[in-house]
Amino acid sequence: MHLAAHFPGVNNTTVWTGDPVGSQIDFASFEHLARTAERGRFDFFFLAEGLRLREHKGRIHDLDVMGRPEAITVLSALAAVTDRLGLAATVSATFNEPYELARRLSTLDHLSGGRAAWNVVTTSDAFTGENFRRGGFLDRADRYVRAAEFVATARALWDSWPADGTARPVAHQGPHFTVRGEFTLPRSPQGHPVIIQAGDSAEGRDFAAATADVIFTRHSTLAAGQEFYADVKGRLPAHGRDADSLKIMPGVTFVLGDTAADAQERAATIRREQVSPQNALVALEQVWGVDLSAYDPDGPLPDFDPVPDPELAQGRVRIGDPKAVADRWRALSEAKGLSIRETVIETTGRQSFVGTPAAVAEEMTAFVAARAADGFILVPHLTPGGLDDFVDRVVPLLQERGVLRTEYEGVTLRSHLGLPEPARPAGKG
Amino acid sequence: MSVSPCALRPLHLAFALDGPVRRARRGREAYDPEHYVRLARLAERGTLDFVTLGDSFARPGPDALAVLARVAPRTGRIGLVPAVTTTHTEPFHVSTAVNTLDWVSRGRAGWTVEVSRSRAEARLFGRRDAAPADALWREAGEVADVAARLWDSWEDDAEIRDAATGRFVDRDRLHYVDFRGTSFSVRGPSITPRPPQGRPVIVADATTRAAREVAAAHADVALVRAEDPATAGDARADLRERARALGRDPDRLRVLASLPVELYCSGDAVGLADLIGDWHADGACDGFHLRPADPQRDLARLVDGTVPVLQHRCLLRRFYPGATLREHLGLPRPANRYAAARKVSP
Ligand SMILES: Cc1cc2nc3c(=O)[nH]c(=O)nc-3n(C[C@H](O)[C@H](O)[C@H](O)COP(=O)(O)O)c2cc1C
Repeated sequence: MHLAAHFPGVNNTTVWTGDPVGSQIDFASFEHLARTAERGRFDFFFLAEGLRLREHKGRIHDLDVMGRPEAITVLSALAAVTDRLGLAATVSATFNEPYELARRLSTLDHLSGGRAAWNVVTTSDAFTGENFRRGGFLDRADRYVRAAEFVATARALWDSWPADGTARPVAHQGPHFTVRGEFTLPRSPQGHPVIIQAGDSAEGRDFAAATADVIFTRHSTLAAGQEFYADVKGRLPAHGRDADSLKIMPGVTFVLGDTAADAQERAATIRREQVSPQNALVALEQVWGVDLSAYDPDGPLPDFDPVPDPELAQGRVRIGDPKAVADRWRALSEAKGLSIRETVIETTGRQSFVGTPAAVAEEMTAFVAARAADGFILVPHLTPGGLDDFVDRVVPLLQERGVLRTEYEGVTLRSHLGLPEPARPAGKG
Repeated sequence: MSVSPCALRPLHLAFALDGPVRRARRGREAYDPEHYVRLARLAERGTLDFVTLGDSFARPGPDALAVLARVAPRTGRIGLVPAVTTTHTEPFHVSTAVNTLDWVSRGRAGWTVEVSRSRAEARLFGRRDAAPADALWREAGEVADVAARLWDSWEDDAEIRDAATGRFVDRDRLHYVDFRGTSFSVRGPSITPRPPQGRPVIVADATTRAAREVAAAHADVALVRAEDPATAGDARADLRERARALGRDPDRLRVLASLPVELYCSGDAVGLADLIGDWHADGACDGFHLRPADPQRDLARLVDGTVPVLQHRCLLRRFYPGATLREHLGLPRPANRYAAARKVSP
């Protein structure tokens, strides 16, 4: 089983009130979480990316954790305080250039002794583009064309130093990039940084099947996981790849308790902390597309249909057809007699694994055995201590079962993931 | 009346970790993080203000900012100042990367603003042709300007964690920068909260005419390559005058003479102490940025030979009285421009 740790924050699931919560930005928080993940013999530590503060109704959204440091810089610093843990940075292929990013990632690989990974996201909207020279918007098809050409160009640069040779100039000419010249770094310790993909469309899955080493997905139920797993692994042969060459890792949450009932109760408490009355109304407005601030979060849902407004919430991933979501929410609320806040709690942000450490270890193991995943990216709800319990109480059980390593065998992230080093280009002559 | 020279006019010392390019091309050490950690710790033992690391997209070697981020957790006081070029990068990314270096070093980050003039670099990006120095430096000034605005775009107390109203931040203390430059625009605010120093220290090599105006307008530390104290002194006076004309307090600009050094023996190290003492006494500069022929050898000689002599002559402090690079340089933490504006017109 492969495990990774997601640094919490900049979402509506990180709990930031109350006692054991720390800074979302101080390096000490990153260090604590990364060291905990390494103590648990995790494969890698994962940082997400957002390039513009989210907005709601034309103003900066102020209800969730916001603010984050720049990923590659934090990971470079974490390389100094960890030895084996992989270090994965989410970086948009749309708002960067191949030469520069290939160089920064190769540097991270050198500085960490072969532990770098790049989660290639294709974030693209005019909203985010307003912070960049490149600006503008690319539709989905073009986004993945650019991402594929981006990764291919980066790989050509990483390969441009043959074993013991000197750099060979790269000459790339494509629809999105023209890159000519010498790369300034020799081949990095794991050959190429590991490539991760996060995106769910058919185009995204094909891009991953052709290109990625790891997929980060949101399909965290058993049935959805199995379907996704079969679909993506089924796309590999067309690209000449075998099933083991791409690891599927859903992002999952967990809540532990001393008994099953205790865990359920804690899970319910956490959900109430995640969905404040104010946040419940925001979630509702994102579906209905209009100002609902006059509604009582403890009262009933609106009885009119949504008025779709794509501008209402900026910088968020869309949730699907508003009318369908509203119908589902209303049916649920009527059937169970739920208020607005209770409905939002029920329908958003499912907790993946809730139970005693033994039950959670069992369920996670079963997931992998049932081909719903090759492992998990754990998303704790607390910073920075959100993984402590998991590593202290669940990890030993996974190790006892023999599904999780007790020691790292190799140093590089590729070796943790069981991925071969990319073939070295031949030397001169 | 006797006034200690230490108290009269502090002497600032900085050291370049990168040797000449021909050396970088040869050594594996350019890619070995421990090599940089050793040097930075040595510089810290000598209570230097900061170390610099140069960069360019066409120069052999790793990304300088990432290298110094890797060094940060293994050092405690030394300022860390990578070069980051502005010609082919996204200003928003530059701003958050430098900001983040300040977070991971707990207030020890600086940034040497550089431009990319060569065709070789332009061809690595394929986005724009090589341009004349004047245009590139004008743009570099804009990048430094927008970076500082983005650092200010979160007021220091923007994060309120107010459980009663459910608000994590006070959005009135977050600001769109709405910057329009000649070749880019940035809406803002930053995604990274204001860094520990308020604004990381901006350094610029002010030797050339094109760069000097940018240094006078935006830099906290200006470097001047000079061969004699008179040239350095003239450059310092010129920079201070330009800063004053731009409405800045010239006392908030440190001018360091940037000198090549090659210290073969302890005699050279003492000779360097003499030279530093003479130039400093002449008022030619506020300190020195030393560019070694061989970083390892020359830094060891500097720390074990030159520094003790300077300390003995009471020209150099014996310990770090503060924790941040701004404190080493005697520069105040900048007020936030948006907070000030908000308080005037609520
Ligand atoms: C699990 C997961 C995590 C993601 N994380 C990020 C992220 O951190 N930053 C980002 O800009 N986009 C992120 N994305 C968005 C994707 O990169 C992509 O832009 C989006 O899913 C739309 O592409 P698609 O239509 O192929 O799904 C994430 C997507 C998924 C499924």
